[in-house]
Amino acid sequence: MAEKRIRVLVAKPGLDGHDRGAKVIARSLRDAGMEVIYTGLRQTPEQIVAAAIQEDVDVVAMSLLSGAHNHLFPKVVELLKEKNAEDILVLGGGVIPEADIPFLKERGIAEIFTPGTPTGKVVKFIRDKIGEKV
Amino acid sequence: MELVQRARQGDRRALARLITLVENEAPEAVEALQELYLFTGKAQVIGITGPPGSGKSTLTDKLVKELRKEKKKVAVIAVDPTSPFTGGAILGDRIRMSDLNLDEDVYIRSMGTRGSLGGLSAATSAATKVLDACDFDYVFIETVGVGQSEVDIVKAADTTIVVMVPGLGDDIQAIKAGILEIGDFFVVNKADRDGANRVALELRMMLDLNEQKLVWQPPVLMSVANQNQGIAEIVAGIKDHFTYLKESGELAIKRRERLEKELLEIVSKKIYRQIADKVQREGKLKQYLDSLMKKETDPYTLVKVILQDVIKT
Ligand SMILES: Nc1nc2c(ncn2[C@@H]2O[C@H](COP(=O)(O)OP(=O)(O)OP(=O)(O)O)[C@@H](O)[C@H]2O)c(=O)[nH]1
Ligand SMILES: [Mg+2]
Repeated sequence: MAEKRIRVLVAKPGLDGHDRGAKVIARSLRDAGMEVIYTGLRQTPEQIVAAAIQEDVDVVAMSLLSGAHNHLFPKVVELLKEKNAEDILVLGGGVIPEADIPFLKERGIAEIFTPGTPTGKVVKFIRDKIGEKV
Repeated sequence: MELVQRARQGDRRALARLITLVENEAPEAVEALQELYLFTGKAQVIGITGPPGSGKSTLTDKLVKELRKEKKKVAVIAVDPTSPFTGGAILGDRIRMSDLNLDEDVYIRSMGTRGSLGGLSAATSAATKVLDACDFDYVFIETVGVGQSEVDIVKAADTTIVVMVPGLGDDIQAIKAGILEIGDFFVVNKADRDGANRVALELRMMLDLNEQKLVWQPPVLMSVANQNQGIAEIVAGIKDHFTYLKESGELAIKRRERLEKELLEIVSKKIYRQIADKVQREGKLKQYLDSLMKKETDPYTLVKVILQDVIKT
């Protein structure tokens, strides 16, 4: 049997046009041996969820700078649930105030990584959560 | 298999899961492919190949949209290279197809090559069968943009489109090695750029010199994919080619040849695994290698011993 790989959808919801952070994380996940599906800028939660399902990913990682995280991140979790895909791990990153983090976690986002988080930490988090499944 | 039933009823999650099983060569994949085989053979499989950045994904996106006007069900497999060092990959072809995400009758799947050379992954063919059996009318396969002879696509596709662009320098020559033979038609994309006409002309000249294919003359078309120009003509060409394949009997011949290759490939893989497992399990491999290193025997003698050993059991 061929080796299984962790598959991650890296998405950039919202309207801001900066995908540097998303690209950095995409590269470090690739370097950690994962398959990263990169979907580009300005994705709606609906598009993200549809792509996540078609690609059968283990993880959806979103990065956001525009401040709409309290709406967009939980929306993705909700839509995944609607599609019976709540087993997909949802991660958030970007400029997110500390104060918002408890709310986001309560709404089903597994972890929030703020700027400056070493990418190795994200890799480790995914491996720990998905590792036993894959 | 429940997953197969769900996938055939249009459950996208089930379909996606099936393809993952196939990609990972999971034991369940065999059972699934057994059940699905009966339903295969209807879809037209279209390979899109060409140099990196030539517009393969953009073109695919537009071709799919054109076919969607006729309510056809369309699937896309987009292959990107896996890093040979880490086994990881960044699969970015979807970026050009994001408007298709929400269309329920379109399915797009990104795949890493996972160590295969030749522009596809080992599982691409099997994944194509899954999609075919799930009633997609068209299955597009976008190969890795390696620019050299991506011969594998010919083994997987009914119709192969080679995408070229102006500005590759004077050496269409360099790229053409092997590529003239694999194209059922050629698209000069980025025709908004200088030199497109010349590329098309050169291609036509080289195709005229190529006397192998007399019946089907590969057309050379032009497009500006990002502006949706030339797309309807390519779709018409895709359909013409399928009609030609069917009417000439070439489709049956192609598919028969493909089945032969696949069958023998599965057999040899299976035999290889059985022998390799047995040799490993009984701990004989180490012993064999020791005696080879000491020159007590040679590999050819050992192969005979190993094969006899397997046949006996
Ligand atoms: N000027 C021009 N640009 C185009 C045309 N078609 C595509 N592009 C652009 O070319 C770039 C590459 O397009 P892709 O569709 O990603 O090319 P690709 O062949 O799929 O690339 P790889 O998968 O990386 O090999 C993008 O920026 C497109 O917008 C065209 O007809 N004219
Ligand atoms: Mg591409």
